[in-house]
Amino acid sequence: MNQGPLIFLGSFLAMACSWFGLILMPQVQIGRQQAVLLPDTGQFYPAPRLGLAAQGAQVYRANGCYYCHSRAVRQATTLFNVTLAKLPKGDTPEAETELSKKVLLAVLQARPGINARAARGLIHTAPKPLLEKVPREQAELARGLIEKAGGKVAIEAQPEGADIARNWGRRRTVAADYLYDDPVMLGAQRIGPDLANLGARKMGEAGKTWNLWHLYDPKLGAQDSTMPPYAHLFKKQKIGRTPSPNALKLPASKIEKGYEIVPQREATALVAYLQSLRADASLFEAPTPKPPPEEAESRTPEQAAGGANPPAR
Amino acid sequence: MPPVPPAEIDASCRLPVLLLLFGSAGWLLLSSLFALLASLTFHVPAMFRGCSWLTYGHLQAANLNLMVYGFAIPAGLGVLLWLTGRLGRTTLALRECATLGALVWNFGVLAGLLGILSGNNTGFEWLEMPRTANGVLFASYALIGLAAVLTFHARREPQLYVSQWFILTAIFWFPWIFATATALLQCVPARGTMQAVVHFWYANNLSVIWLGFIGLAIIFYFLPKLIGRPLYSAKTAMTTFWVLAVCGCWGGIPHGSPVPAWMPSLSTMAAVLTVVPVLAVAVNYHKTLQGAQDKLKADVPLRFIQVAVISYVLAGLAGAISSLRPVAEITYFTHFTTALARLGLFGFFAMAVFGAVYYIVPRLTGLEFSRKLAWAHFGCAAAGLAFFVVPLGIGGVLQGLKLNDLDGVRRNLEEAGFMNLTAATLEFFRISTLGDLLILAGNFFFLLNLKLLAWRWCRARCLPALKGCCSRSESGEVTA
Repeated sequence: MNQGPLIFLGSFLAMACSWFGLILMPQVQIGRQQAVLLPDTGQFYPAPRLGLAAQGAQVYRANGCYYCHSRAVRQATTLFNVTLAKLPKGDTPEAETELSKKVLLAVLQARPGINARAARGLIHTAPKPLLEKVPREQAELARGLIEKAGGKVAIEAQPEGADIARNWGRRRTVAADYLYDDPVMLGAQRIGPDLANLGARKMGEAGKTWNLWHLYDPKLGAQDSTMPPYAHLFKKQKIGRTPSPNALKLPASKIEKGYEIVPQREATALVAYLQSLRADASLFEAPTPKPPPEEAESRTPEQAAGGANPPAR
Repeated sequence: MPPVPPAEIDASCRLPVLLLLFGSAGWLLLSSLFALLASLTFHVPAMFRGCSWLTYGHLQAANLNLMVYGFAIPAGLGVLLWLTGRLGRTTLALRECATLGALVWNFGVLAGLLGILSGNNTGFEWLEMPRTANGVLFASYALIGLAAVLTFHARREPQLYVSQWFILTAIFWFPWIFATATALLQCVPARGTMQAVVHFWYANNLSVIWLGFIGLAIIFYFLPKLIGRPLYSAKTAMTTFWVLAVCGCWGGIPHGSPVPAWMPSLSTMAAVLTVVPVLAVAVNYHKTLQGAQDKLKADVPLRFIQVAVISYVLAGLAGAISSLRPVAEITYFTHFTTALARLGLFGFFAMAVFGAVYYIVPRLTGLEFSRKLAWAHFGCAAAGLAFFVVPLGIGGVLQGLKLNDLDGVRRNLEEAGFMNLTAATLEFFRISTLGDLLILAGNFFFLLNLKLLAWRWCRARCLPALKGCCSRSESGEVTA
């Protein structure tokens, strides 16, 4: 029997099934995804990168940055925050007291370890967090108890994982975060830190300066860094009548007297791209709790290297 | 029709096969040089300061893509042309077509390399060469593939051997995956993470199916041939073929990637199922070799095949285990994946090709290789593989454990900090540089051996012809 056609047909079918299952089906599911309208801000997410940031994406690709840096935040699990809402006003003070008592009992059950005084304080100063970072079952149980007692709770998801604890993101990255990326450079190694939310860590002028320093000489910001310097993105030039406004502010030991280091267009574009990297909007498939009010973000060791001035040498 | 004698088959496919094999050896040396340079930038980060062509990203991209498109695919094509002729007991069809394809392929690779180094890389690790280069490679492949298919069709041996199953499937598989990947990543780019899915699918199909099939075809042919016994079980080999063809092409999408969860889950299932064919290969190898281990001491090609089989089994099992979610959480984004890729690409495929080349080329040219250089090549390659894969494998797992150390990060522990993590795994990376150096040395010996043989062959054929020309012109006769 001529096995040739049989082998060809069999392997053709295997190939076709794989193509159908891992090319066609994903294309149907995520290949025509559209930007979503965020209810909080009224903006579409993600916003397409324009101008310098879009050019910077090509500089990122052309220099092969994705060989050392990933752009994908991982999440180990999702925990939940339960917030006790303000108690509704009753018809009479007695009704309110009765409701308060029931909710107090429910709070004592929902949060073992809390004493009655603290629980009363919680109810009086509501809305206040009742439980933080608890598993789903515990959150559901708390909700059941409080609602049965006549109170109300708000539950929000709290992503949890080592990447999130390192301040690399507030949630895991999902398909929507890369909608307008071309090419999508997820990266395959974490020789350097994850960059998915670099724009949230290095913001404003200080962030721009830090990024330029880091590209010119990574050891300026982190002494043990193994990142190679990308000096070809900068130009060393003699200082003219006045120094260039874009020149990097470097310690005297790092630059020859009478010379300055000026970032080229590629460096500026790359930094614009790096500062545009954010993937923290709360989405249906990856919810995040509402950000805290405007206050200094708590710093982890990873952020300690950022700042307005390079370390003195 | 009566089968063609082996000497005639060898004569018919000599030119294209030698072109492919010699060319691939050159690109292999260049690829391992780039690998060494990339590795050295970890020791001296400012090594190529100011040179935009030699950023780490370019060196790494050049290393991997030259290894795949410069060495692995053309060498695989060369060996499969020879195997198709020998197993079908017929001469190579469309010899000029295959020769043209073999020549043009090198231009495609050169264009691709220049594209990568100059910053026109695509952004996809296993497909970094720009569109133009891909087009040239596709055209060359079509020429060579056509010759192979027509040779297969004209076979005079009706009974198919297992290797022919693998080869026939692989010939058709590559154009489909290559065209799909080039189209959806470079020509009409897919939207968003769909690009990542296509990339993962292509990389998996290329390594598990195309390289896997050609490597297994080589192993299933040369192992019995060199030992002098039939393959232990052709049926087991066929099971290997079918399970790999059906399941192997679904793997490759890692847990933790930003795609819908059903894709990594499907990939894990497929990867775990490929343990079956991997173990089948191990059983086949062990039973075929049983009692003939003494042949390993004297036979260089057989040693290479042995290392190839061991690497295949280890890489297959490690790949299956590391695709499981709890393990993938540790190994993804670490040096472990680099080690695994090298184990498969170099440890399995390259070693199998080396074994095949050391058998085929003497038969095509009628000359023997230098045994000293061949053993030096084997020693360096095997040692280099061990020095590369083992430290990076261990270092990668440690890196992954520290990356995932949630408690450590929460308590702001110094050792959980990212800089400390990098420093801790650097030692392992530094040992792997020794591996890169040994592999480079081995590849140098390989190319040197081939070049010396080519030199002797040219001298044997060209000198008498030249002498003949000279003596005729001296006597005043009209020269052709």
